[in-house]
Amino acid sequence: MALQFEVLGRFNRARAARLTLPHYQCQTPLFMPVGTQGTIKGLATNQLEEIGCQIILGNTYHLALRPTTELIDELGGLHEFMNWPRALLTDSGGFQMVSLLDLAEITEEGVTFRSPVDGKPMLLTPEQSIRFQNQIGADIIMALDDVVKTTITGPRIEEAMYRTLRWIDRCIKAHEKPDTQNLFGIVQGGLDPVLRDICLRGMVDRDLPGYAIGGLAGGEDKDSFWRVVAQCTASLPEDKPRYVMGVGYPLDIVVCSALGADMYDCVYPTRTARFGTALVPAGVLKLTHNAMADDIRPIDPACACMVCKNYSRAYIHSMVTKDAMGSQLLSYHNLHYMMKLSRDLHSSILHGKFPEFVCKFLQNMVLIFTLHIDVFCCLKSTHIHDAYDHRWDIVNPLTVTTGQLVLLDLSLHPAPRF
Amino acid sequence: MKFVVDAWSKGGGRAGVLQVGSCPALIETPALLLSTRKALPNFIPPDLLRSLPSPDSRLLQFSPLHFLEGPSANTISDIGGVRSLVSLHEFGFAAIPRDSTAILPEFDCTNKLGASFNTPSGRHLLKPAEYMRMLAAMKPDIWASLSDEVPSRATDKRNKLSVDRTVKWLDECIALSPPGTAGFGAIVGGWDALERQRCAQEVAKRNVSGYWIGGFGLEETSDQITSQLLRVVVENLPEEKPRLVSGLGLPEEVLRGVAQGIDLFDSAYIHQLTTGGFALTFPFEAAKRHSISDGMSDGTKINLRADVYRKDTSPIMKSCHCYTCMNHTKAYINHLLNVREMLAQTLLEIHNTYHYLGFFQFIRRVVKEGRFQEFHQEFIETRRGHSRVVPADDVCA
Repeated sequence: MALQFEVLGRFNRARAARLTLPHYQCQTPLFMPVGTQGTIKGLATNQLEEIGCQIILGNTYHLALRPTTELIDELGGLHEFMNWPRALLTDSGGFQMVSLLDLAEITEEGVTFRSPVDGKPMLLTPEQSIRFQNQIGADIIMALDDVVKTTITGPRIEEAMYRTLRWIDRCIKAHEKPDTQNLFGIVQGGLDPVLRDICLRGMVDRDLPGYAIGGLAGGEDKDSFWRVVAQCTASLPEDKPRYVMGVGYPLDIVVCSALGADMYDCVYPTRTARFGTALVPAGVLKLTHNAMADDIRPIDPACACMVCKNYSRAYIHSMVTKDAMGSQLLSYHNLHYMMKLSRDLHSSILHGKFPEFVCKFLQNMVLIFTLHIDVFCCLKSTHIHDAYDHRWDIVNPLTVTTGQLVLLDLSLHPAPRF
Repeated sequence: MKFVVDAWSKGGGRAGVLQVGSCPALIETPALLLSTRKALPNFIPPDLLRSLPSPDSRLLQFSPLHFLEGPSANTISDIGGVRSLVSLHEFGFAAIPRDSTAILPEFDCTNKLGASFNTPSGRHLLKPAEYMRMLAAMKPDIWASLSDEVPSRATDKRNKLSVDRTVKWLDECIALSPPGTAGFGAIVGGWDALERQRCAQEVAKRNVSGYWIGGFGLEETSDQITSQLLRVVVENLPEEKPRLVSGLGLPEEVLRGVAQGIDLFDSAYIHQLTTGGFALTFPFEAAKRHSISDGMSDGTKINLRADVYRKDTSPIMKSCHCYTCMNHTKAYINHLLNVREMLAQTLLEIHNTYHYLGFFQFIRRVVKEGRFQEFHQEFIETRRGHSRVVPADDVCA
């Protein structure tokens, strides 16, 4: 095991911890931006440090295609290659194959797919995935799992869960650098609590450095999503980091943290920036909207980032989706927002002010929603009057359901029952 | 704006000092204007822009026509002008209608009312009064008057017309000149030395702070004719005012301009190198220049897309102190180019700008030391020698 995980503070199930990895001492909860091909959309590594990024995620599948993991290994690993002094995490490569390639086929041996380079059939086995990740050299590497869409039902879910358990043993066996790289196991089992429980027990038995909750954030309804997260965090060991894969909406991160998760990753903040959307305490601000054309305020007047200190919505509006600099500046702001959210979660848990933080987080959404109704298109004017009384229902109608908030509410009270 | 010439080199070349608007630093000339898109460099974010040498990098060029895509002139005015818009308070800004990349004059559509430009948001006929309203809102330190630029292939009649219009528009621009800004009179005249002379003489009679020389870098170029035209223009201009030329960007072109007494250069050269995946690598000193022929270079630049850099863990230039060379390898930039990641352009624009600013610094030094002519001649000769040994299928051709 090449990490230390010390819980520094708790609030019920939520925890603030220090995660010491070979390349960086991180504070959790934390969000990991996705740098698919060894870079995060136009941002220089010193900017990422300035923003406060602690761990960057690299995609094994993409790196294996270009520049190849052999080359990265030969040149001293990904840290050296991209000149990133802090921590890195790589995924197994399996998810990309299943999600990006039509012709991927999963057998007991591994994932068979056609190479996008020359069309030849190729096979990614658990052993191969770990070998690639050993070559890349990230602080945290992920086991190859059998990924199925959460919207699929039936025996395929069960098959995938058991296969994931069989594959974890092959991954552990293939892992050549346990002293410098931490192999995380991934809990599968779809939305079925019984399957999830079997997988949880199996993974915990393997005593891995950390665990991920996989197979979520794939289009399932939010109530099911929270239940799985709550079940998994309740059963995973207290002294190991817990990573919810593919989660990146700020509200989801707050709720998962309340449920005791520690790490998150998603392309959302940088992808949405490229489409002209900024993350703000109220939710999102669409810079492409005509209302921004003459708005001389910063994206978020309360934000201390380089972009908000210097640029108006009007200026960003003129650049987004047109000029490279527009998406660079918005990506910078959005990642800054995510890092600040991570820091606020950590410090509020540490200082026993987690419920206050969560309430303020939700209230901010409500307040700004009502003040800038023209910009935030989710609400109809009839809701404004009721905003304060029924805020649980309207915080963000696109992503929040009453069930989640009940769950959140429960987790903020003593002795939650799950 | 203040400008003083303080050194002349034997055989051409002058060095001076320029101070503009609220940019407190004195900018030494000959100087390079950094090209921008909406007043920020194309790919260098503002925090890294400050890592470039100061005050050398403090003069930015922009086209008011960039802002056809917004923000509106009123909004820019409310924000406090272009300097506040991009929050680069210690920088100087020069407004020039064309930008040599995305905003180019379309002389066939220009008429007596105004100059026509092709822009990313379509063709635009810019009239003098509209242009000056834009400038009043944007408040650049320096602006070039509206001109009717024509390429070398324009007929004599059309060329003559372009001079007439440009001089007429200059008077209209001067009449509407925003307070506190320095207007540079535009000089055109195509490839006709007599028309160039006529235009320069007319503009020299006007009350302007400096001169902008247009008509270059639009289509084909000729080294000899460029020098001749610049000579004719400069001969007819007063010594004490700065001369800015657009469209001369190659090292040889810059040296040719300096030799004729040009002080300020604005071109798309760095932008074109950067988007093409090239990095400048030429040493300024002659002695070093002979030794770098490795077959992958034309002696000026390298193509980082080339496979040979796949495993090259050295920086673009070991001796370079730019952010890119201090932090990244050729192998990494090669990878970023291969996977079409935007950071490649950011890193290349930083290096190329840094390197070219160094070239200008070196030019100023040799001018002050009185050995510009030697340097110029020797530079051209080694380049000629070099182009003979470079194979025809060179990746950098």
